[in-house]
This record gives sequence, structure tokens and C-alpha cells, in this order.
Amino acid sequence: MRNIFLVFLILALGLPTGVSSQDCRLALQGSVIDFHDKSPLVGATLVLLNTDKATVSDIDGTYRFTGLCPGDYEIEISHPECRTTLYPLTLSSDTNFDFKLEHHVELLEEVDVIGDAIMDKTNSAQEVTLEKNVLERFSSASLGDALKELNGVSSLNTGANIVKPVIHGLNGSRVLILNDGVRMQDMEWGDEHAPNVDINAAGSVSVIKGASALQFGGDAIGGVVVMEPERVRATDSLYGQTLLSGVTNGRGGTLASSLTRSFESGWFVRGQGSLKILGDQEAPDYVLSNTGMRERAGYFQFGNQQLEWGFNARYSIYQSDIAILRASHIGNVDDLIRSINSGQPLIIRPFTYDLDSPRQEVTHHLGKVEFYRRFEGVGKWQLQYDFQDNRRFEYDVRVGDDRGTPSIDLNLTTHTFSTDFKWDASTRYELHTGLVMRYQDNFANPATGVRRLIPDYEKYDLGGFLIGELRLNSKWILDSGVRYDFSRIDAQKFYQNSRWEERGYDEDFQQFVKEDLGTQLLTNPVFDYHNISLSVGTKYDWDLRHSLRINYALSQRAPNPSELFSDGLHHSAARIELGDLRIGSESSHKFAASFEYRKDDWGLLLEPYANFINDFILLEPTGVEFTIRGAFPVWEYRSTNAYLLGMDGSGYVNWSDSFRSDLGFAMVKGKDTSRDQALINIPPANFWHRLNFFRDDWNGFEFSVRGDWVLRQNEFPPNIFVFSPEQQQEVLLEINTPPRGYLIFGFRTQMEFDLGNASLLTTSLSASNIFNSRYRDYLNRQRFFADNVGRNIMLQVKLNY
Amino acid sequence: MKKIQSIVLLLAISLFLSSCSNDDGAPEPVNEEEIITTVTVTLVPQGGGSTIVLESRDLDGDGPNAPEVTASGNLAANAVYDGSIVLLNETETPAENITTEVAAEAAEHQFIFGTSGSIASVSYADQDENGNPVGILFELATGVAGNGTLSVTLRHEPLKPNDGTLAGAGGETDVAQTFAVTVE
Repeated sequence: MRNIFLVFLILALGLPTGVSSQDCRLALQGSVIDFHDKSPLVGATLVLLNTDKATVSDIDGTYRFTGLCPGDYEIEISHPECRTTLYPLTLSSDTNFDFKLEHHVELLEEVDVIGDAIMDKTNSAQEVTLEKNVLERFSSASLGDALKELNGVSSLNTGANIVKPVIHGLNGSRVLILNDGVRMQDMEWGDEHAPNVDINAAGSVSVIKGASALQFGGDAIGGVVVMEPERVRATDSLYGQTLLSGVTNGRGGTLASSLTRSFESGWFVRGQGSLKILGDQEAPDYVLSNTGMRERAGYFQFGNQQLEWGFNARYSIYQSDIAILRASHIGNVDDLIRSINSGQPLIIRPFTYDLDSPRQEVTHHLGKVEFYRRFEGVGKWQLQYDFQDNRRFEYDVRVGDDRGTPSIDLNLTTHTFSTDFKWDASTRYELHTGLVMRYQDNFANPATGVRRLIPDYEKYDLGGFLIGELRLNSKWILDSGVRYDFSRIDAQKFYQNSRWEERGYDEDFQQFVKEDLGTQLLTNPVFDYHNISLSVGTKYDWDLRHSLRINYALSQRAPNPSELFSDGLHHSAARIELGDLRIGSESSHKFAASFEYRKDDWGLLLEPYANFINDFILLEPTGVEFTIRGAFPVWEYRSTNAYLLGMDGSGYVNWSDSFRSDLGFAMVKGKDTSRDQALINIPPANFWHRLNFFRDDWNGFEFSVRGDWVLRQNEFPPNIFVFSPEQQQEVLLEINTPPRGYLIFGFRTQMEFDLGNASLLTTSLSASNIFNSRYRDYLNRQRFFADNVGRNIMLQVKLNY
Repeated sequence: MKKIQSIVLLLAISLFLSSCSNDDGAPEPVNEEEIITTVTVTLVPQGGGSTIVLESRDLDGDGPNAPEVTASGNLAANAVYDGSIVLLNETETPAENITTEVAAEAAEHQFIFGTSGSIASVSYADQDENGNPVGILFELATGVAGNGTLSVTLRHEPLKPNDGTLAGAGGETDVAQTFAVTVE
């Protein structure tokens, strides 16, 4: 996105005409950016010493010199808010160079000091950022929906409201989510557990596709999602924003508002809140009964940011209450067969705002305190403590006295203490080292009257990393890092004697048994994991139009509690889920490259990758188990060797000053090499194209039409045969068969109105699935029961003041 | 600044103290309340004869063991039986009778019967408060001698009234068992 914009600006500035001599035709261009957060610096003066050449960076921070002769230069860069800096540079060909300035005044107002780390997450990995204006379009949706704007990011859905991000085909514990510098601990292991974050609280969201950003964790085999709040302004001011969105599908909307008070002394205080209400959503032909939701979220933050030191404290709360499609609550395998064959949900009721069972209710509290100290000429030291409390209730359709009692009631509490030091005084190299300690306690409330799916456990983590970055010259940057993580999980779990023996644990893990209660055993499994992660890569800018990034990352991830301990009937999914105590850490070797070619009228970005994973942990249907309620599908975790090969691509064409096309595609193939079959839940190939029309002089008028074409996933693991008690015979359960491909269209239009007094009103109207097409998505767990949502029209009003 | 450092230090210390102080006590076992472990179908022949008991018992609930299905004897040909169903949770002592819960919410439940072979038909012998069948009590008629099956499905929140078929009733399945019987 950003690059496209940049190219646009270059186009708008026009190409240079003057050429001084035959040999002096070289160009030097790039951006002047804040050293700390990569934000563009406007109005920086760049002087090529001992020449007559000088320029000023424009609104996007970009600059350009032309007609330069090969040779050695010294460039002086000055900016009203920065220390004036001299850079030596040798020119032998057209060069693209970004100057990073120590932006003192900006630094003072920096809210998020982890933002430092964001800047050099990686140089060599594939990473992309969604800016605030894009995030705002998803105010009424979720983080997962917004991330799907990025090529290579898809989602695993449970209906339309529970959206888990999938990066390069991987999800769950393989995708880390950082919320303002805090790694979210929100039971990310479950398929129907969406990230407990409010998209309205984010100022920007970056995605690193892969595990190369070792400072965040070594286990991001899928990738890292980094959410950052908006920065606080430097001046003595009071400002804010209110955003109101209304949607037709679900007949609800979102109200989000924020207010910041900042002082010149460095102190600031900020509050933000949002409220979302949606009723039942609708597929083209019917109401998706019981798919409404409520979401309340907010945060409060204050701090003082000085150049030498600073601190900030933040408390945030996120609460969601999400109803789950009534028709997806099934009793047994015969109900599932009936649902798959029926083609439409078995329960359709009139529209309502009420949330009924099955539903989930989640509350996430997050508190953090952060402190930093800068040592002149050396670097910066940072210290952070964060606390998270995640409470999850899952309510199922229950009878009698248990009506209203949750079937799952888990409370996950996490304390994390981290510290890091970064040597960033040199412009040639940078070193970053850090340590993290984490303690986590999960409590599974026995008052549910349902056997615990996830047991009580305590988990201890200790990790350390060292990352280095070396700038060889204006073209080459090398980066490399290593990380070690120790984790211990200490669980207390009841196993039915029959399950303990069926799994063969009585032979392998008898030492864990603490007490025999007749029909069940109390066990105390304790496992230690030692994981090493590694990343090495390079970025090469060989001229103005081309750049190349190559990265290799080794990452290891310890199994999560769900993969180890799941045991029992997951009522909301109507399936028996079985973990395996024998599962060990998975190791991924990922090779990724990114090639970019930019021209004024068109450009291209290709990002191929290959991910080879040993002991890859997956959950798949394996058969049925018989109970008094009939037969239930059994989903078992197992580990295998696998690879994922894929390619993301995007491009743009500038047809004229007012018309532009953006397009993209993503495809990935996943293979279980041990069994020589396709991996489950791999996103199908998809293509999109958006045609944009824009006229700044018509009140910032924008209009765009977008088409999304999702192919059918033709590679999937074999279906299973199950015995149907109702039919008294073995039947083929088409549980893995993907739905057909689909093509859907949407549009969006926007205008801005200046209200004076620094207030800006932005209005937009958008629609998705405008032709109300019937379709089902392979990565929606409700595809067995109902179509995806139909047409949705959204009206949004935003006021900045 | 010193103050802030000490606050952070205090927090860090309290974190580790709190983690150490966390009790290592054993968790409480879950008292499973709504599990049905046992379905007993009692068939009493009208006009005398031996009572037949069909039973399906699954003491490990959702565990790996399949239910054990037994029949106390063979049914007589061309006979009519008064049938009744009892649902128990035998993981508790004494066993909890789930049938009473079903009877209390009779309007939200219905047993659906399926027959094949030598079992000729099943008809309802009870009603909920709306006059719709429940199926805790029923009448079963046998045909000529041979083999047959009786399937018993308890549906929760079915469409009521319905046509007596599983597809017509809809709802959620609480019990689904099939008994193979011999009619002689």
C-alpha cells in the first residue's frame, strides 16, 4: 500500500528533465523517517555538501536528487525537530536510501516505546502494515477481518463474528498477537477463540509473515500481528475522534471514541472506548439465527515521555458476548450427517437482537507498566511488567437445572516481566537483547458439571534473545538473531481410567498418576520444553525500482495445553477432542523471499515462501466414538511432518491521474509428508482486484469497486467413514469436502468535509457481497450448517477534533 | 524517576511472590450432572407373560468405551407390550433418575421411535401439557417371528407436534440407542 503511494508521489512530482553531463545521470531517492517509529518526516532539508544540490522532504517524507555523478558524497540532513546529521554515501548507480533521524520532539510524545522494536522488527522478512484509515473500515468487524486485506493472511471463522487470523496457512498458537507491546494470552489454542482485542483501539497493525521477529517470541511459526496505539502529539493539546458505523446485516453498529490530553512537559493521558451491537446476521435466503453479538472495550493510559527516560501505564478491558449459530449446535454424528445433507440450517427463526445459547462470553483485562531509560551514545534500556486475566464462558444448550450454567468456564491469568536493551548509537549496526519471564495459571471451574476439556495448569516461561543488524552499505542490510525459550507446563488433570488405558498412557505415563478415584485418575503431568529459534536474512536495494529480501527462520513451538490435554466432548463443537501427551515441540524451517519491482505506472511484489515443519501438530477428524447419545465424531491431535509452499503477490497499475487498479493473489499448498496427503484447513487460492477512482478536489472523493475470487480448495485430506446408528450402516461423512469456489463483489465510496477548528468529518458508504451471492467458505467452521452472510451495507461517519 | 524504578521493582517482586504462593492443591473432580449412562426400556406384555428389559449402559460417558447393549430375552410374536423408559446417571451414587427431568420438561422433549423387521409398530401412551406425545410410556406391537430393531431417540427441543420422524422432529439428540431384538 505504502509503496504504491510512494510511487504515486514520485509520479506526481514528475520525472526530472535536466541532465548535467554524460556521466552524471545518477539518482538518489528515498524517505526521511523517524529513527524510532518509521513515521515520515516532512520538511527535512537535505543538502549535498560541496554541490549546489539541496531538497526538502515532502509530505510523505520522500526526497529525490537527480543528475548526480558517481563518487563520494556527504549529505547533511536537518529538520526543525531533529539533531542535524551528516551521512557519508558512495554513489555508483541509482540508489534508494532511507535516512533515519533521531526525532527528539517526536520521541517525547511517543506512547509506545516497544514501537522502537517495531521499527526494526526485521529488515529481511515479509512484513506489511495496515494504517489507521484502513482499520477504521473494519470498526464494526474484527481484527481478523481487517487482516484479510493483506495478501497471504486469511482467517479461520466460526460464523462471521469469530475470526482467527491465519498467516501463510497457519493459525492459533502459531500466530502471536502483540497488543501495545503485550503478547496476548487469551486461550488462542481453540478454533473458536478469536483474539480478544478491540480493533478500534489500534492505530496501526503490522503483520510479519513468519518467525523472524525474534524479540516477540520464538514460536511464531505462522507470524506475528503487532497492534500499536496511535502516537500522542507533542504539543499542549486536547484532541480525539469519534467513529459511528451502522451496518444493515445484523442491523447494528459500532460507536468508538477516543480522547487524548497531552502536555508539553511530556505528560499525557488518554482514554478510548467502543461499543458494538449486532443482531442476527442474514444469509441471502434466511436469517442466521443466533448470530448476534455485543462487544465492549476500552482503555485508559497515562505516562510521561522524556528523551532520557519515560514511563507509561495502561489498563484495558475487552468484553465480548457472541452468539453462535443455533443450527450449528448438533447432538451427534447423525445430526451432523443430516446438517451436511440438508443444505440449509435446521433451525431458522425470525430476526432478533437476543443472544441465546450456544454462545460465548469472554472478558479480558490487561494491565501494563513500562519504563525506559536512554543512555546517551549507548542505547536504550526498557523494563515492562504486564498482567492479563482472561475469563471464558461457553454456554451450550442445556436442560433442567443446568440451563444457564456454562459448559466451559476457564480463567487464565498471566504475569509477564520483560526487559531489553538496545545498542542503537551507531548508524552501521544495532544490537538488541532481552529477557522475558512469564508465569501463567489456568483454572478450570468444576462447577460447570461438565468434564474439563482443558485442565488446571501452571506454566512457566523463560526466554532470551539477541538480534543484530548490520548495514553494509547503502544497498545491503544483514540481520540475524537467536533466541532460546524454556517452558514448563505443570498440569493437574483427571483422566477417565478407560481413556488413560485407551491412549496407552498407563504404559508411558504411569508416573504422573497421583490418585485413583475409582472411575478416574488424578494425574500431574509435568513437561519441560527447550526451544531454539534462529533468523538470518538480508535486504538488498539494487536500484530505485528493485529490491529483494531473503530470510530464513528456524522456529520451535512447544505444544499448547489444548494439543496436550484436550480430552472429552467439546459440546459447542459436538465433537470429542483428544490431545496427546506424547506430542513434542514442532520445528519450522521457513525460507521466504520478497521481490519488489516498482515503476511509475505499474509495480509488482512477489513473495514466495517454503515452510518445512517437523512434528507439525494438527487436529483432524479420525472416526467416531459411541456414547449413549449416539456416535460423535472424534478429532484427534497428532504430529506429523509437513510442508507449506506458497506465494503471495500484489501489484498496481496507474491508468491515469484518477484511476488506479490494485490487485493481489495468494496461494498455498500444504502437505502432510508422513502420510502423503493434503493438510486440513489450508486456505484455497484467492485473487482480488480493486479499481479505484479518486479526486482530491471533490472533497477527497474516492470510489472503489472490488471483486474477490476464491477458488475451491481441491486438496484436502480424505473424508472418513463412520457408522451411523440411525441408518445402521457405515456412511461416508463428508467432513473434509470443501465447498465450491465463489466470486463476490463490493464497493466503497468516501468524502471528507472540513468543519473548521481543526475538525474533519469523513463519511463513507460501503457494501460487501452486493449481489447477495450464496456461498460457503472452506475455512468457516459453520460451512456444514449455513451459507455465509449475504449483502451488507455500511454507513460510517467519522469526526476528528 | 527513582520512585518509578522502585514501583516497577515492587511489581516484579510481587509477581514472583504471587506465582510462588499459588497453591498446588489438587483440583476438585467435576460432578457430571446431566450425563445419561443408562437407558432401560421395560416391555411388559399385555395379558401376561415375561417382562423383557432392554438396556444400554455406558459408564464412562463420553469416554472411549462404547455402550453395552443387552436384552433380557426374546419378545413374543404378534403381541402388544406396555413400554416404559428410564434414564439414569449411574456415575452418581445413588444413581440419578434423569427421566424425572425429562417428564418435568415434557413439552421440550420427545422420544422418537424407529422400528424394523419383526417389530411392527410403536405408539405413544403419554402426553405433555399441550397434549403432544412424550414417549416415556408407549405401546409396542410385534409382528411375526424373526429379527428386528427398536431405536429410541430422545430429542431435546424438538418441533412439537411433529410427524414422529427424526427429520420432522428436529431438535438436539440427548439419547440415541438401537436395540436388536429377536421375536419368537
